[in-house]
Amino acid sequence: MSVSVLVIGAGPAGLSAAVAAADAGAMVTLLDAGDGLGGQYWRHLPPERSSVREARLHHGWPLFERLRERVAADEAITVLTEAQVWAVETTGAVTVRVLVGPADAAGREPLALAADAIVFATGAHDRTLPFPGWNLPGTFSAGAAQALAKGERIAVGRRAVVAGAGPFLLPVARSLTDAGAEVLGVYEAARPLHAAKGWLARPHRLLGAARKGPELAGYLGHHLRRRIPYRLGAAVVEARGEGRVEEAVIARLDADWAPVPGTERTVAVDAVCVSHGFTPRLELPIAAGCRTGPDRFVLVDADQRTSVPGVYAAGEITGIGGVDAALVEGRIAGHRAAGGDRSALRADLRRRRAADDVARRIEAAHGVRPGWRAWLRDDTVVCRCEEVPYGRLRDTAAATAQDSLRSLKLTTRAGLGICQARMCGRTVEELTGAAPASAADTSDQRPLAAPIRLGDLAGLATTPHGGKDTQ
Amino acid sequence: MNADVVVIGAGIVGAACARALARAGLSVVVLERGAAAGATSARGEGNLLVSDKAPGPELDLALHASADWPRLAAELADELGAAFPSVEYQRKGGVVVALTEAGAEPLRAFANGQAAAGVAVEHLDAAAALAFEPDLNPALTAAVHYPQDAQLQPVVAAEALLASARLAGATVLTGTEALGAVRDRAGRLVGVRTRAGDIGAGAVLVAAGPWSGDAAAALGADVPVRPRRGMVLVTARMAQRVRHKVYDGDYFGATQSAAADLQTSSVVESTPGRTVLIGSSREQIGFDDRLRVEVLAQIARRAVRLFPFLADTPVIRAYGGFRPYMPDHLPVVGPDHRHPGLWHATGHEGAGIGLAGVTASLLCAQLTGTEPPLDPAPFQLARPSLAAHLGGTP
Repeated sequence: MSVSVLVIGAGPAGLSAAVAAADAGAMVTLLDAGDGLGGQYWRHLPPERSSVREARLHHGWPLFERLRERVAADEAITVLTEAQVWAVETTGAVTVRVLVGPADAAGREPLALAADAIVFATGAHDRTLPFPGWNLPGTFSAGAAQALAKGERIAVGRRAVVAGAGPFLLPVARSLTDAGAEVLGVYEAARPLHAAKGWLARPHRLLGAARKGPELAGYLGHHLRRRIPYRLGAAVVEARGEGRVEEAVIARLDADWAPVPGTERTVAVDAVCVSHGFTPRLELPIAAGCRTGPDRFVLVDADQRTSVPGVYAAGEITGIGGVDAALVEGRIAGHRAAGGDRSALRADLRRRRAADDVARRIEAAHGVRPGWRAWLRDDTVVCRCEEVPYGRLRDTAAATAQDSLRSLKLTTRAGLGICQARMCGRTVEELTGAAPASAADTSDQRPLAAPIRLGDLAGLATTPHGGKDTQ
Repeated sequence: MNADVVVIGAGIVGAACARALARAGLSVVVLERGAAAGATSARGEGNLLVSDKAPGPELDLALHASADWPRLAAELADELGAAFPSVEYQRKGGVVVALTEAGAEPLRAFANGQAAAGVAVEHLDAAAALAFEPDLNPALTAAVHYPQDAQLQPVVAAEALLASARLAGATVLTGTEALGAVRDRAGRLVGVRTRAGDIGAGAVLVAAGPWSGDAAAALGADVPVRPRRGMVLVTARMAQRVRHKVYDGDYFGATQSAAADLQTSSVVESTPGRTVLIGSSREQIGFDDRLRVEVLAQIARRAVRLFPFLADTPVIRAYGGFRPYMPDHLPVVGPDHRHPGLWHATGHEGAGIGLAGVTASLLCAQLTGTEPPLDPAPFQLARPSLAAHLGGTP
């Protein structure tokens, strides 16, 4: 009988894991919470409004089309879209609890899935550091702006600035211009020296990262053609406006990302799109019991195996490495999860080393530096869901002499809202110096991985390993 | 380092005791192996209930607590100032509901017994119950209003008590575990060992909640406290449609039962954060903190039965904690009769948040030889109902 492999997440890592597992003879189930395949990276128009322009708008679109067609045609691969994993149980075999149906709909179909092996490929969402005015309508996470541009062809504004850190800013600027916005500038917090150190150290290694070099070159070429200013060592430090964004305040930053006084200038805009890197989506691997490392990524071995037997991880949850790393890690994870022979992976193992190198460069060049806190004011909202301002967070931490995250969240309500600290968790930890009491107590831990209606929860059938297994 | 009293545990009970002892003029050092207010105190609902307690010593304790919290909350607010978050003390009252014919009469009888013991009790017919809680399941068969039931934000309450203890001179050392006993030549307990050195102490108080057994064992003693796991669900923010602490009558069965099986009863309440808290399960499964979907489903079923409108409400968070549970369902507050110098304050099960203040008064009075707020005899470790569960003298 063939091995069963459950792959969670159908972005680049999950798609390549599913195909590799099927190639190695496994019966594969591929889940994604979205309504299509491709994840954030290959987010595209729904099929009924498909466009011949996708190929021009997306990097690596032919590869995506090959993966998508293969996944659809292969009888060994079952695809479930709109399949939201909301819990993972570990009392028996690792069991994934899923609701299938349109998000927010009542009466979604519940599933409890287990398999011989599970591959988590849940990806990352972009991280946004707070700044005064970031909660005004008209400010967007760069990821949200790009998702609207790619998935709906909607530009978030007519005159936009893109700011933050990392190579992601360039494709976001491109998506915005493709959707019809004028991008007035891209502001990268890393200073030229830092960026150069990260990217130029041992440049021969970069050649090994097959796709990343040309991809970035393509975006820079686009940039130059469009004459969009690309400023290093600068940031949007404030958004202003009556009821919505009307002005962005740009300032130069020092090497620690603290604004340099006197360098502020304002730009009239109707959209500010910001991203300061990525936060891995860790709740499912943590719920499955997978150990994470000090850098807060899932620990994996050379076979992409996590600390939990039968559970693998690939893509951004093991380190922010971009699409090349995700594809190769997915192939390794899928192949090994299916019981495939390691000797077939030699080329992929080499490619992964090159991709890992790119990831290290990105972190070295664009990683968040502590000086950004200097642009906060006491009334700058840190947690948007619960509207917790920075001053209250800092003062409560001082009043309770508290350095643990759990108490601070509960005394300030930071991170307790509908997004469950996905947006502000890392920021709250950094601002308060609050250390999670244990790895299982970080802002990444969410035993409920997604909201579930009480009625859906109440309607679940009793299962063999629920409730009564007391000892 | 030396102290009159070393308190082991910086949850709400340890914090309240440290505050009372420090305000009585004793020097106090609190040792917490993890973070303050980080375990049981941060994983419950913040109940201050008289309604779930049968006549007896625990109800007496709860009635004292109910009378005392308004004063304590005001004192803490006054002392800590406006910058400190509010303990959100709300004497919102409880409404206990029976939804079956079989459940109606036991609920009324239970309430009448409580009324005789001094609990304020108001029987509600269906119309009156629906006037109290318009969204309640109209098929209810009996309902009782308990105006003394109240609610607290448990983590803020624990932090406030600890901050107040600090202001009274107590030293709080987090990340510091009590590793063992320091003894004099006669073998008497005279302090505790920590990685940071020995701390001499006239008395050592174990207030480590469900981990009190481990803490006592490190000092060569035993206390028969066990963990009991409870899960709570939290909804998304919503317009408030639940006005009181509302629960079904089965709650009594669950709190008073020693059965190890999963038990749930529905406890539904709004919070000032505009969420609804839905509890609670009780399982004896040791310190196993793995998620069980069936537990969440049972809690949900009971809650939806109580408030049908909740079926459409999204749950955004689930959390669980371990409650310190004694075999005879009474907390231990007093000296260890076998080990001079050792004291205990634990075993409050799901009631420690509400009972912390009165526990501290009771403990402090015994330790300093002043007049206790109520008879401490039922809460002694030496009580007959615990005899079968205790180890011997050293």
